[in-house]
Amino acid sequence: MALSNVLEPAVSGFNFENSTRNIVLENGSEEGKIKAPTPMKTGTTIAGVVYKDGVVLGADTRATSDEVVADKMCAKIHYIAPNIYCCGAGTAADTEKTTDMLSSNLTIFSMNSGRNPRVVMAVNILQDMLFRYRGMIGAHIILGGVDCTGSHLYTVGPYGSIDKVPYLAMGSGKLPAMGILEDRFKGNMDLEEAKALVSDAIHAGIMSDLGSGNNIDLCVITKEGVDYIRPHRESIYNYKRQAKYKYKPGTTPVLTKSVNQLELELVHETVQMMETAGSS
Amino acid sequence: MTLPADGGTSFRSDASAQETQDLSTSGGHIAVIQRVLVRQLKMISAQACGANGKMKDYHYSGPVEHKFSPYAFNGGTVLAVAGEDFALVASDTRLSEGYSIHSRDSPKCYKLTDTTVIGCSGFHGDCLTLTKIIEARLKMYKHSNNKSMTSGAIAAMLSTILYGRRFFPYYVYNIIGGLDEEGRGAVYSFDPVGSYQRDTYKAGGSASAMLQPLLDNQIGFKNMENVEQVPLSQEKAVQLVKDVFISAAERDVYTGDALKICIITKEGIREEIVPLRKD
Repeated sequence: MALSNVLEPAVSGFNFENSTRNIVLENGSEEGKIKAPTPMKTGTTIAGVVYKDGVVLGADTRATSDEVVADKMCAKIHYIAPNIYCCGAGTAADTEKTTDMLSSNLTIFSMNSGRNPRVVMAVNILQDMLFRYRGMIGAHIILGGVDCTGSHLYTVGPYGSIDKVPYLAMGSGKLPAMGILEDRFKGNMDLEEAKALVSDAIHAGIMSDLGSGNNIDLCVITKEGVDYIRPHRESIYNYKRQAKYKYKPGTTPVLTKSVNQLELELVHETVQMMETAGSS
Repeated sequence: MTLPADGGTSFRSDASAQETQDLSTSGGHIAVIQRVLVRQLKMISAQACGANGKMKDYHYSGPVEHKFSPYAFNGGTVLAVAGEDFALVASDTRLSEGYSIHSRDSPKCYKLTDTTVIGCSGFHGDCLTLTKIIEARLKMYKHSNNKSMTSGAIAAMLSTILYGRRFFPYYVYNIIGGLDEEGRGAVYSFDPVGSYQRDTYKAGGSASAMLQPLLDNQIGFKNMENVEQVPLSQEKAVQLVKDVFISAAERDVYTGDALKICIITKEGIREEIVPLRKD
């Protein structure tokens, strides 16, 4: 695998080699029509609020693949820099990879210049990349962080648009969440109030939107540091099944059995002492 | 200067002819340029105007196709199990559309007679109409034959009702559960156009693909060996249905809110309501 990189440099941008083949497959003969696999979307509720000392970001933890819940404890709040975190909604792979790339870029910058990255830099890099891909990357992102210029909350849309706002919600559950935020937001809230507001906004999204659910994660960013609370509020629905569905050995029929002996030769033996509490 | 018949492009040649005239007469270059510009502006606006002088739209102005679908998918899962002397019909109570919830309390089991319950999921509009039609037909039968319809008869009738709309089907997945003439449990499962068969257990609706394999294993004892094949008791069946819906609500977004189980025995129909996840 490593050798193939040396022989052919990686082509940047999207690779459209398979597009003609995919068109042929999808419009194939009546029996031969093949549906393309759909990428997993997060179908999310994410929200962010600027308060007196910093930024609070919140997200639900359900990832859906069409109508099936693919992941009940998915992490939607991603690390960008020690003072910047972002929530991603939209296609799961796109938000993961975009934020990873952003994080690496900013780490390199920090090492080069010896400074903590600023939120505007993260926003500009993100916007530039998403605009360059003309919306093909389905990432709806809320970026929040605290740097030397203060606390900031931005949203970056999949086509590269930016909005700088004091409170925000994105994802399929953004309408119910925005309702709560519009009702109760005020400037310069204190920490507990801000956490309760974001948590209630995400909760509204979870109850009203089928694409959001399960638990609520929160991330509080201040000048002093970051408090990543996962989960902040666990889902209250833990209905247990009444019966045990365990199978005794022998339930699955064994049809054939074949044993292949592996010829192994003892070549080299080393002993490495483990450091245990008992050893002096 | 005669006006050319085709309007637009010929103006240019006229403009240059006018220009040379002006140079010799008025002698003002600026005036000439102004006149040329005005002519060219008029030329552009002549092309921009349609026959009646109004501005033409610079976008497609032919027939536009809008897709209207007469169906909507309102979610919901139904399940029916037949035992020795009982039958169960269970459904969740969530009514949804897209990613929104219309109602958390819209059960999908409808009582038809003292011994039969039908579960309908799919497009709610068609579910309501279909149940109205079935109830009307049941009354007609009772008045002409002086007895209630049996489960088997209702199933056969439903099949003809559904096939009557073969070319604009009722978007409903039906499962009938009840007691047959001998008092044994019976389950009849349908497809949207009326094909049906008698089963021991069947799941239909949005989470049917998740429920059916588990029922195949636990009730039908499929894919298992060395297991004691005890006939299903009523308590075990109810507990199995509750567990199976709890699992379905975990992984299917359209299933949840509450579970309603109708238990049909010769004593009558008993209902049980169990809460499910609401998120």
